[in-house]
Amino acid sequence: MRCDVVVVGAGPGGSMAAKAAAMAGLDVIMLEKRQEIGDPVRCAEGVSKASLKEFLPSIDPRWIAADVKGAKLYAPDGTCLTMSEDKAGAEVGYVLERKVFDRSLAAEAAKSGARIMVKTRATGLLFKDGKICGVKTIRFGEALDIESHIVIGADGVESKVGRWAGIDTTLKPKDISTCAQFLVEDKSIDSNYCEFYFGNRIAPGGYIWVFPKGDNLANVGIGIVGSKSEPGLPTKLITNFVQERFPKGKAVEMVVGGDPVAGVMETTTADGVMLVGDAAHHTDALTGGGILNAMRAGVIAGEVAAKAIAAGDVTKAGLKEYEDRWRAAISRNLERSYEYKEFLLKLTDEDLNKLLGPLAAEDISKMDLRGMIRLMFKLNPKLLWELRQLVV
Amino acid sequence: MLDANRYKCCYCGAYVSVCPTCSSMELMETWIEVSQGCKDCSVCTKICPVGALEAEV
Repeated sequence: MRCDVVVVGAGPGGSMAAKAAAMAGLDVIMLEKRQEIGDPVRCAEGVSKASLKEFLPSIDPRWIAADVKGAKLYAPDGTCLTMSEDKAGAEVGYVLERKVFDRSLAAEAAKSGARIMVKTRATGLLFKDGKICGVKTIRFGEALDIESHIVIGADGVESKVGRWAGIDTTLKPKDISTCAQFLVEDKSIDSNYCEFYFGNRIAPGGYIWVFPKGDNLANVGIGIVGSKSEPGLPTKLITNFVQERFPKGKAVEMVVGGDPVAGVMETTTADGVMLVGDAAHHTDALTGGGILNAMRAGVIAGEVAAKAIAAGDVTKAGLKEYEDRWRAAISRNLERSYEYKEFLLKLTDEDLNKLLGPLAAEDISKMDLRGMIRLMFKLNPKLLWELRQLVV
Repeated sequence: MLDANRYKCCYCGAYVSVCPTCSSMELMETWIEVSQGCKDCSVCTKICPVGALEAEV
């Protein structure tokens, strides 16, 4: 089988890449190793409204489980800070129904001309004269080679495309957030706010989230940094939290997963290969959010694939525009978030209380995350001295 | 050798990302494959959110 571009992985990044490449006139095949796209969900499902509309001007109401007003941040001592949704970062605004959303994006890629192959697992890259020329797959138990000019690896946190191409995507335990989440039904769920709970006792090196999904449902999840985890700890901690916060709550679904919280990779391209989304560590290390970055990088990868193939140069040098454009768009934020994450890992619960507590007396309702950090710095210069370069 | 308890596993694939040997772990739908390439480093056991991975003694 032959095509111009193979996209490995049908998450938001893969689908946007497939769509962009197909719209540019390329013959595209998108592979998904699972038999269903979008399921099981491995995500808290929160996105900013403004950013989502940047990619998808027409929002299908079926994608949206809840439309929230803002976020509530809880310090370890229980102090609560309230932020408006438009200022609370890339993960607050809409709570998506990813099972529907991911399938819609894949369907859009298909409408644009991409071929979709589910239950098709990439098992390695094809090489000809030492050059990458496609992927080896197993489809319904049968070996199938797909030749292509370019392979786009959108194969998530467990990405192998990069490693096969010589890009080291291995995560250190301190650079992965290990996550567990219940979909909880409870009458006390506040449908207007996403909630974030901080503290080393409840979520070492991470946080707990409560993202409402309407109809008395919420994603109640936890992400903790791998270096502070132990076998099964995320599930134990989130079970404890649900019992305390929602004593009458009923868990109707459980999902688990991992997020790269690793900062910016040195390279995300090789000859004939581009990495997108979690596979390229495009996830925000502070929040663990990655949907929008993956979509943004996917669009760029699809467009660059078309240009590189037209120019007859799919080498790493020929794909440089991809590196340049995604870095220009998101690398500064990724770097900054990584620095914040590394700093936050060192803080005790007492430190967190000192940082967040004084904000309760300030009007932060219309302040964004950077504004809040600036204010924290002003109120706690000694504690945040390490971050002074990032605050200016 | 690593033991993957498939009755606990929620098949998230997070462990693959920390495995230092690219080819020794693979997630296929609801099935974890651990090959002979596993070096018994146990890094993945700490990452597993449900504790489904154990280093066999």
